[in-house]
Amino acid sequence: MTSETPTTSKPNTATRDVAATAAMDAFARTHRLSPLEALPWLAAVAAYFVFPDYLALGSQILATIIFALSVDLLIGYAGIVTLGHAALFGTGAYTAGLLAANGWGDPVSGLLIAALVSALVGCVSGALILRTHGLTLLMQTLVVAALLYEVANKAGYYTGGGDGLQGMEVWPVFGLYRFDMLGKVAYLYCLTVLCVCWLVMRIVVNSAFGRSLMGIRENVARMHAIGTPVERRKLMAYTLSAALAGISGALIAQTTGFVGLGVLSLERSGSILIMLIIGGVGQLYGAFIGVPLYMIAQDRFATIAPVFWYFWIGLFMVFLVLFARGGALGILHRFVRRKEGGA
Amino acid sequence: MSEYVPALISIAFHGLTLAMVLYLISVGLSVTMGLMGFVNLAHGAFAMAGGYVASTLLAHFGLPFAIAILLAVVVVTLVSVVLERLLYRRFYGGVELDQVLLTMGLIFISVGAATYIWGPLPQPMQIPRALQGGIDVLGRILPVYRLFLIICGAIIVTLLWLALERTRFGAQLRAAVDNLRMAETVGINTSRLFASAFALGSGLAALGGALGAEVFALTPGYALEHLVYFLIVVAVGGLGSIRGPFFAALMVGITDTALKYYVPELGAFFIYLLTMAILLRYPRGLMGT
Repeated sequence: MTSETPTTSKPNTATRDVAATAAMDAFARTHRLSPLEALPWLAAVAAYFVFPDYLALGSQILATIIFALSVDLLIGYAGIVTLGHAALFGTGAYTAGLLAANGWGDPVSGLLIAALVSALVGCVSGALILRTHGLTLLMQTLVVAALLYEVANKAGYYTGGGDGLQGMEVWPVFGLYRFDMLGKVAYLYCLTVLCVCWLVMRIVVNSAFGRSLMGIRENVARMHAIGTPVERRKLMAYTLSAALAGISGALIAQTTGFVGLGVLSLERSGSILIMLIIGGVGQLYGAFIGVPLYMIAQDRFATIAPVFWYFWIGLFMVFLVLFARGGALGILHRFVRRKEGGA
Repeated sequence: MSEYVPALISIAFHGLTLAMVLYLISVGLSVTMGLMGFVNLAHGAFAMAGGYVASTLLAHFGLPFAIAILLAVVVVTLVSVVLERLLYRRFYGGVELDQVLLTMGLIFISVGAATYIWGPLPQPMQIPRALQGGIDVLGRILPVYRLFLIICGAIIVTLLWLALERTRFGAQLRAAVDNLRMAETVGINTSRLFASAFALGSGLAALGGALGAEVFALTPGYALEHLVYFLIVVAVGGLGSIRGPFFAALMVGITDTALKYYVPELGAFFIYLLTMAILLRYPRGLMGT
């Protein structure tokens, strides 16, 4: 606080200009696209040509990245720790699934409706639970997810309950591109949707709104003091994150043609957290690293020894929290900084 | 009128059993969360470990029931102290996200380890012959083992509460929950207090898991499956409270049993709704500090 009170000695205007320009530069730099940001997309396109047999897994990864992005918006930017984000992921999945199973198989409009329904559920539940803090909030997110899980489980007439939702019929994208057995269309469809979602996320986190979220994460009292409508901002972030989670769930439902209770489970909420942490929280690109790493490893190991998968991922988590906070991106940053410092 | 009585007795009886097991398992979690400010999602893993170790001692080593249970409690308590000193301690009062991830990792380890050692199927618990069978209470046949469970639970709860009121450890614990810094200032060794409170909580969880293997079946997914119930008991009861979770467990146990008896199609839906409502009205729980 003392640094902001005017001092008796007049600040040198030249240094102030330099400081202002530097700040402007830093701000502009976050908006400008860096060449590095093309990497994930090049990798995604390359994967399409190099691994034609793994496109089904690929589309799952792309769709899950959206889910991780939506969780990152909450945890990494707004500082809201949630243990029940599967609630909104599952809402999207069931919305898209129920639409496709009941005679409306258009994927794009189904995706939008799923996003809307999830946003609505997020907005209503967020308005209720975001008034609480800390452990109570964590509990509330958990309970909301458990509540929806129980609804989907007991409304078996509509959702198929524990057997999962059967008989989805997804129409071709835009009436032109039929989902094929190899998963080519599904992969490109997911990639396109991910690209749009990433753009939205990138614009949002670099906007004044995104900055205010980070302010709330860092110091709520201060944000209240400077007049930020904290509760409303948090609710907006929660709703937007819910919409993204819904889109992710809907994509997975549409591309796999199946929705099971697992989409609403605590395991889903937990594993997405793990994927995000592996990549790095609050850095936008953590999702692009953590999700593929986790899901490819799971695909490889879980088929060989499913028992060991849980054990090793658990052990890995413990080590990550102890020694590598910040995930892969954190390690990368540290490495780059050391190199620059040494040069 | 008279036809309702057996049903009500049955609900009260089974509800009470569930409540006792829930309380034994969850009370330690309340202390960890309230006193150390640590979200120990893996708390259920201690209960599961207690159950598995006791059932193995019974089935493979043929130990008497009481000794097997006691040994299981001792083993789990020792392991929990090691974990507390090595891992948990570093994160007390720290970032919530780290705690969630650490304990989520521990849950996954417990799932993997339990599947590896005991297999994916539910592990049966051998109950001694004296505790098998049922007795007739007002026209209802009630299982003897559950009656034993309620009596055991009542004795332990009484002892726990007496210890909290009468012993030096209890006084230190209450002081630290009320005001941690003040407690440190007057010379209470809080680091040691945390370790003993953690050990006591894990031991009670192991006891609850071993005795209550019939209520919460021993499967590798134990810690994850029942996590929501344990957390509900703690959050509704009030973090850091020893008595609060008891009333919360009673509420959850009896409501859950009654609803599953009368409206099974609702499942656990109502419990979750009730929890949400209570937490919105009382964010610090019914008896939170």
